[in-house]
Amino acid sequence: VTDLAWIDATLTSARPQAVGALLRYFRNLDTAEEAFQNACLRALKSWPQNGTPRDAAAWLIMVGRNAAIDEVRRSNKQEALTDDAAISDLDDAEEELADRLDGSHYRDDILRLLFICCHPDLPATQQIALALRIVSGLSVKQIARAFLVTEAAMEQRITRAKARVANAGVPFETPGAVERSERLAAVAAMIYLIFNEGYSASGETSEIRKPLCEEAIRLARLLLRLFQSEPEIMGLMALLLLQHARAAARFDTAGELVLLEDQDRTLWNQKLINEGMALIDKAMRHRRSGPYQIQAAIAALHSRAAKPEDTDWTQIDLLYGALEVMQPSPVVTLNRAVAVSKVGGPEAALQMIEPLGDRLSNYFHYFGVRGAFLMQLGRNDEARVAFDRAIALANTSAEATHIRMHLDRLMRDSQPSGTTATKK
Amino acid sequence: MSMLYAILCYHDEDFVGSWSKEQDAAVISKLTVVQDRLKREGRLGPVARLLPTTAATTLRKDDPPVVLDGPYAETKEQLLGFYVIDCENLDAAVDVARELGAFNPGGAYEIRPVAMFEPGANAR
Repeated sequence: VTDLAWIDATLTSARPQAVGALLRYFRNLDTAEEAFQNACLRALKSWPQNGTPRDAAAWLIMVGRNAAIDEVRRSNKQEALTDDAAISDLDDAEEELADRLDGSHYRDDILRLLFICCHPDLPATQQIALALRIVSGLSVKQIARAFLVTEAAMEQRITRAKARVANAGVPFETPGAVERSERLAAVAAMIYLIFNEGYSASGETSEIRKPLCEEAIRLARLLLRLFQSEPEIMGLMALLLLQHARAAARFDTAGELVLLEDQDRTLWNQKLINEGMALIDKAMRHRRSGPYQIQAAIAALHSRAAKPEDTDWTQIDLLYGALEVMQPSPVVTLNRAVAVSKVGGPEAALQMIEPLGDRLSNYFHYFGVRGAFLMQLGRNDEARVAFDRAIALANTSAEATHIRMHLDRLMRDSQPSGTTATKK
Repeated sequence: MSMLYAILCYHDEDFVGSWSKEQDAAVISKLTVVQDRLKREGRLGPVARLLPTTAATTLRKDDPPVVLDGPYAETKEQLLGFYVIDCENLDAAVDVARELGAFNPGGAYEIRPVAMFEPGANAR
């Protein structure tokens, strides 16, 4: 490990804490980011000679803040526009700094930093881009690459998001308990969005987008370290780890999506699975269930099965049942129906999804699942209609290809047996 | 007459956690060379790699004992020893810690799942 790589890693891991604290002082995102950049430049000069400070984040906060204050003073002098109020404000802040470097504010600083990225006015894609830029410190180029857009387009997206956040006003007061838990929930949802942005990639882009999954895991770990007793954050972390553990098995060599039941389970990352399981175990001790914990528990049941036929579908059905109560959604019911088809057969499962047709009339998976149930019931003509609809709604070529495989099977099955025989 | 030594490994878990699978494997394979030599010489005891501190639970051996999420973070006490136990789940591990703690109050036990375990070749 070179010194520079070590410094780089230290700067990255200190970033959320440092930018969060600087944002609290300056109450302006651009100033806070600039101050942090300045501090990083100084660190790159100073640390190789003087060694990395014991508390890198505190060092960066102090240096970044002083640099920014000097800057304000200098520009004020140059412009001969000494704003007494502004300067005395900064002096106050300086005194505050001594009290506040003790770490008691870090938790809320980082949470605030993450929370402003989840502003409800921002569309999901902007929330994610902003978080990756500000909190994770990925370059615009890196983010653009992960989102498969040009650098200029991403630059614009982030600038726009920042402007919106600035206009919306950032909540700087220390949050109360209720507010804190609301922020935590919003931030958790955003981290899950980041993960899904990477996870829902197609085969060709999955390598490029993988950093999104890794970054989401890093952010979830950061959050869990700040809120160590929150079972839902443990659940979120477990869910991400358990899903990411399957990454190497999710695409075949041609880049096509491999369904869970067809995946080579020896490719699953056992280390991540173990950590995910340990976190679920830890969360369950709190006896305060929640959607992330339940989804993680479902993922864990899949991870635990060495072969698809070992999967505990009864338990999965129960867990989806609990999730339906907590977070009713047609998509959850659809997922539950898959478990029901394994436990109680396709007829019961089909009945379960029948009422969802209206709400999921544009949802690829609905028609894929429906087609599969109909096919199992031997209602091939209806199955074909559902599969055709699914192909029309497919989001990626991999999804379409997968449905085409079913259609081919239907074609083969419906051919007179003699034809199949001569083919052998 | 020889002495048994424990070597306790400290590092930045974010940094180590950021290694790619390949980088991690490269480090492990180099360490394994040393471990294998020690094993052949009958000098290697158990080796464990722990899961990150986010998976940790701490039993503060106060009266009554308190179970807290997260690693043991105080600096006023020192690491004096460790156990490796085989348990069904975290609940069972906490129970063992409580049982041990009852005979040795004060201080704390940090309970951390083991990610990798090499029993070693009986040193002694």
